[in-house]
Parts: sequence; structure tokens; C-alpha cells
Amino acid sequence: MPDHDIALMAHLMRRAGFGASRAELEARVAQGYDATVEELLHPERQPALDEDTLYRYFPNLEGPLAPVQAQTNWVYRMINTPRPLEEKMALFWHQLFATGNSKIDNPPELLQQIAMFRRHGLGSFRTLLVELAKSPAMIFWLDNNGNHRGAINENWGRELLELFSMGVGNYSEDDIKEASRAFTGWTIGPKLPRLPLGRFYWSFLYKPEDHDDGEKTFLGHRGRLNGEDIIDIVVQQPATARFLARHLYNFFVADEPQVPSWNITPPGNPEAIQTLEQAYNESNYDMRAVLRVLFRSDFFTQARFARVKSPAELVIGTVRLAGSFAAPRLGFQDLAWECNYQGQELLNPPSVESWHTGQEWIDGGALVRRVNFAAKFLGDASLPGIRAIIDALRARGTLSPAEFVDGCLDLLGPLEVSEQTRRELLAQAEEDGDLRWDTEQEARAAAQRVGVMLALIGASREYQFA
Amino acid sequence: MASTSADPVVVVLQLTGANDYLNTVIPYTNPLYRDNRPNVGVPEDKVLPIDDTLAFHPNMGPVKRLWDEGKVAIIHGIGYANSPRSHFRSMDIWHTCEPDRVGTEGWAGRVIRDLDPKGENVLKGVNFGQGLPRAMVVRGVPVTSVSDLEAYGVLTGVPAISGEQEKARVLERFARMYAPAIGTGSVMDYLGHTGQDVLKGVDILKTAPQQYASTVQYADTPVAKNLRNVAQVYLANLGTQLFYTAHGSFDTHFNQVPMHNKLWIDVSTALENFFDDLRAHDAGDNLIMVLFTEFGRRVHDNGTGTDHGAGGVAFVIGNRVKGGMYSEYPSLRPADLQQGDLAPNYDFRGFYSTVVQKWLGLDPVPIVGGHFEQLDFIS
Repeated sequence: MPDHDIALMAHLMRRAGFGASRAELEARVAQGYDATVEELLHPERQPALDEDTLYRYFPNLEGPLAPVQAQTNWVYRMINTPRPLEEKMALFWHQLFATGNSKIDNPPELLQQIAMFRRHGLGSFRTLLVELAKSPAMIFWLDNNGNHRGAINENWGRELLELFSMGVGNYSEDDIKEASRAFTGWTIGPKLPRLPLGRFYWSFLYKPEDHDDGEKTFLGHRGRLNGEDIIDIVVQQPATARFLARHLYNFFVADEPQVPSWNITPPGNPEAIQTLEQAYNESNYDMRAVLRVLFRSDFFTQARFARVKSPAELVIGTVRLAGSFAAPRLGFQDLAWECNYQGQELLNPPSVESWHTGQEWIDGGALVRRVNFAAKFLGDASLPGIRAIIDALRARGTLSPAEFVDGCLDLLGPLEVSEQTRRELLAQAEEDGDLRWDTEQEARAAAQRVGVMLALIGASREYQFA
Repeated sequence: MASTSADPVVVVLQLTGANDYLNTVIPYTNPLYRDNRPNVGVPEDKVLPIDDTLAFHPNMGPVKRLWDEGKVAIIHGIGYANSPRSHFRSMDIWHTCEPDRVGTEGWAGRVIRDLDPKGENVLKGVNFGQGLPRAMVVRGVPVTSVSDLEAYGVLTGVPAISGEQEKARVLERFARMYAPAIGTGSVMDYLGHTGQDVLKGVDILKTAPQQYASTVQYADTPVAKNLRNVAQVYLANLGTQLFYTAHGSFDTHFNQVPMHNKLWIDVSTALENFFDDLRAHDAGDNLIMVLFTEFGRRVHDNGTGTDHGAGGVAFVIGNRVKGGMYSEYPSLRPADLQQGDLAPNYDFRGFYSTVVQKWLGLDPVPIVGGHFEQLDFIS
């Protein structure tokens, strides 16, 4: 049976990061689960990603980037960050506060937004919402630059309440209007035109003369409310605690139905949601505190393989397992394209409602790509991570077909598979008998058999889950 | 996938990057054209005249030949109001028929859904290229996307799997791993069905290159390769009614002359190969091809190229197309331009509507989101 602690640590690292090699898992198990959670929750205690190396090898990933270059920049960071949870939270916030390059048309500016998620993603939700309201990409995405005193534009005001905090059904149309009034004047400085000098960062600009300073009533509160006041009121709402808790559950614990049905479909685990709400309220809206409670809850530790991997998780998790992109080399951009082809264009969600997750990541086209991608990497014995698995199996000596299959499942995860899948993997192993390493020739043949077995596991239905 | 070879077929060829209208269908005798294009204007003695006022780009010889056979419809001034002139936004608009909000469903996906409401034929709509275009995405509608027909398959390109025998063995395992099983939950069931559908599609598609034989030597370009794949699947009569593929980039901001020349050599040659191939097989009466781009380009050139514009041109090619010009060439007079660009005068959703209703026999209103003027280019 696979070691209990290793399986749990693998689960934590898949959820709180993008997966970890066996060596890393063993080191973290020695450190202990709670200590690992603390380390993850405090990314500032780890060194930041070495940008000097990144930009020395890839000078084209700095500066006025085309969309795929910005995606590549982020893919590199997701694979190589020494701060997994910081990076995973940036992805969480990107999926929640979905801002798309199809309208922004300024990939470097979107990377600025992601950097802001790194800086503030584990802190106060209130602070994060204020930063979001000032994010030039968000202002332009939701037209707040067109929201004027005397002529409001409701887009940001609406989505702030509907998609970013409280959820449908918890406020009125009047609340939206009043919130929009409060955010008048929150705009961006003039944008430099793209030609002839390229893309430049935008800037937040507060225009007091365009701000509607009049009396407003928002969710029962009266006053000359400005944007920050709206956010203060919003973060206190029970609906916000509940909505955010549900998003965290959906991203870190187990797939929920799609967000648009949340006002009519109850959560899969109401007690878990309540636990998270409580943590949110008691900690004064501190994300770190909420996640600490989440990672240490039974509902989390027991929710193994309860989520369909997003394309980013599948691509990045697989290459981290295979150990093939640990240092600068050609091919990072191909990984960004692969996420695109699998249906998740980083920095370009299809709309402010973001990608549909869970089962909806998968359709016929995506499934072929996911299967072929995983099999191609896991079935490549020349890659360091696969080499390590082969060596680990070899160290165990001659293996029976069952030991061979279980060994592969253990070293790739540990992964859990159904009876049906295991039966087929076993049948595959039994066709060639015991796995032997006694002679040069046997060892070569064994390595190839391991490659095929790992490829089959990567192609399995179970591998689609994290 | 029961269907007769008489079912109507559409091939969508997307010209990605904004093809330059003014240098594709050229108002070669208009002095305003010369004035505005001091650097990238096509010389009058090089163009391929259609009539006294308009001509094709010099490298569109094959298109001109098809035009002379009465098989090419030119749709002038196509577009939509208030173009943001952004590639991504504009292409999204063409894909989703939503100029004013961000749409997530594709028009072609809706077509496929209406052609095959029960989703019985996973090959009803096939894309050739990497990654599915948004035009073909509608939740719940199975669509097939193939980057390379000859290499399409599951578990292709795995280094450890060597030889056809091993490959077949592994695929058999895969099929059994994805077989339906009781009690594994709805997502696992869904994955099982999807995997099985994929295998079915792969098996069926495999027969297309196997059955295909042709005297036509397609050019060695990506667009010709994709159209050859289209021809192979079309001729194999697998029930596909919508094909989608793309070529680019037409985004000729700099160095337009040689770039645009090459683009149109490649596209025209591929079109010639494709239609010759259909003719050689005595096929194609039930097929039309539509070519579109996300917008045209700026009237005045920028020194070596052109910047983003608005009004553009689309084409429809096929045996059952009523060749000719439709809609109007927008005026080049400065007072008539929009921000220096040709003003569109024909809504692209009317273009789609014509194809959807007159060719495919479907109700266009739910597909394009409204009633739009149709043109008479289908016979």
C-alpha cells in the first residue's frame, strides 16, 4: 500500500501548487504536514523566482509582449516558482476576476494584474478588492473608465457584486447603480497608442472632478460613499463570505456545479462552506487564515481526486512530474500553446464569467490533446523525472506484474484508480511477465515497459483528476 | 452517420490577421487608390482585371479562373458597425455573432447542433488546425479537431510505444479502460463516453486517407495541406457538413508587398488544387467554400504596409454559387471613410444567414442572433 503520508502530501501539493516530485514529497513528509502548510502559506519566506535567469535566456519574454509570450512568461513561473501557493492563488484569482486580452489587447498589462494577485492574493480580501478596483486592466475590461458623474456605466459595479463578491440575488439593481456612482472617477490615465513604439503599462488615475460625491444608499448604508466604502460594506456581507468560500471550495477541494446555478443549487458540502465562512469572518477577511483552515480540514484531506484538472494544471503538473522544464530551454512557448489548444487561454478567459471548470474542461478535442500530451511526456524515458521513476523501480528488484503496476501508480502520485483501470494496467503488465533488470538487455526492455505503463496511466480517466 | 452525398457541405476558410481588401479586390482605375497607396499600391499593369473598375491581386490567377467560370461570389464592404479594430475582439465577433457583448457560443457550433441535434455523428463538424476555433464551440455539441489527418489518433507520438503492434495493443487497453462501468460516478461516465466517441471518430477518420486517391499534386504549404485533408474527408463521405480551417497571418503592417504576394500565391494555389481535386472526382456540387477575414485594412498605407481597417471582403466559391459581385464597394472618398477606413455596408451576419438558410436549409435567426439581409449568391 502506498505510504499514507506521501499520498496526503501529494494531494496537498497538487492542490496548493502544481504537484511535486517524489523526492520533494519525501522531504516535505519529513518536515510534516502542518509545517508544510505553513511554509506554503508564507511564500515571502521562500526566495522569489529568479528573474535574472528567466530574462537572460528569454529576453523576448520581457517588455512589449505578444499574447503567447505573456502566457509563456507565466507558464515558466508556474513550473519553476519556489512559492507554489502564491502562484496557485494567482491562478485562482485570475480565474475568478477573469480579465481577457481579447479586449485589453495589452499582455504586459495583464501580467501586471497577475503580479498584483501574487502580492495580495494571500492577504486581506478587502485590500485585494481595492487593488482590483484600481487595476487598469480591470477598469478598462469592465468599462469603469466610461463610468462618469452624471452618466454612470454599471459594468464594474454589477460584476463586482455579481461575480467577484456576493453573487446573484443578494443585492438590488439600485445597489448596483449606487455602487457604480461610488466608483465614478476611478479611471485610467491616457493610454499610449500601440504604434509606433509598442505596448506600455497603463496607470490608475483618480479624477475627483468626475467622482459623484453625493449621498448614496448601498445595501442599507447611507453616506457620501466612495469606492473603498463600497468594498468595506461588501466584504462584511454574509453573502460575500459564502460566495468566496464556495469558490475556494470549488478550486481547492472538489468540483461544484457551474457558478451561474449557485443561487439555486446548494453546495455539495454545506458544513465545509460554513467552516470557511467562519474562518473568513473571524480573521477579518484574511485569505491566509481561511486557507489554513481549508488545508487542515478533513473535508480537504479526504477529497482526493475530486476535481478535474484545468488545462494549466494538467500541462504544468505533467511537465513537473516528467522533470523536463526545470531549467531554461526551448519549448516553454509550446506549453503555453498547449494550454490554449486544450481550452484554457491564460490571460484570455472567454468572458468575465471565466472558464467553466470541472467536467466542462473536457470535450472530445480537449480529451485527445490531454491524453496525448500526458502520454507523450510520461512515456519518455529520456526525461529526468521518468528516469527517476525507472531507477526507483529498478531499486526494488524484480517485480511481479502487480508490483510493477502498483509501483508505477505509487511513484506517479500516488494515484488511485478504479478496479477497471487497474485490471487493464495489470493485463498490460502480465503480457510480458515479471519486470527484470538482471542484464543490460532486460534493463532496457524493462525501462521501455515502464514508459508504456506510465503513458497508459497518463492516458487514463483517473489522470484527468487532481 | 447515415447521410447521402447530396447533403450540403460548407468549408470555412478563415484568413487570419485581417486580409487587405483594397489589394485583394483592387479599384485599380480609381485615382484615390493610387493617391492612398504610394508604397503598397499594386501597379496597374500587374492586376488581373475583373471589369473596368475592379481587379484581382496579381497572384490570384486561380481565383480569377474560377471567377470566369462563374463560381466566385465577391461580397463587398462586409463587416459590422463600430469595429474595435482589434484582431482578437473582431475575430471573436465573427465567431460568436456578438458585436456588443462577449459571446461564448460559436455560430458554426450552432450550425452543427442544428444539423445533428442528437450529436450522432462526431464528424458532423471537423476543424483542421490546432485547437478548436471559438466559432465551433457550443457546450454539449461534439466536434472533431484534427491538426494532421494522417497522424490523428490517440496515444500517438509516445516515445516508449514503438511499432504498430505495440501501438495497437496499447490502444486496445485504452479502449477497455474507457469502457462504461457501473458505479464510478457521472464525471467518469462522461469521460468514458467522450473517450469512446473519440476512438470512434479516429477509426472513421482513418479510412479517409486510406480511401483517397488523387492525381492532383497539392502544394507543400500548410493551407494546401489542410484543404487536402478537407478533400480527403469530404470525398470519404463520412457525413461531415461543416469544415473549418484557417490560414495566416495576413496582418501586413510592415513589408506588405512580398508578404501579401506570398499569402495569395499560397491560398490561390491551394484553392486551385482543392477545386481541381473535386472536379477530378466528379464531386463538389454539394460543396461551397466561404472565405472571410476579421476586417480590412487602412486605406492609406503606412510606408511599407497597412494598419487595421474596418470594411472588408468575403468570398464564396463553388459550383452552385451564382458568381458575381454583391453589396457595394465602399467609397474611398475621405468624407466617406470612418477613421480613415472603408465603411462597412453589409453586416457579416447576413452573409452567414445566407449560407445557413439558402445553402444548409436551417433557420438562421437563432444561429446569428437576429434577422439580417441575405444576398442571392446561392443558386
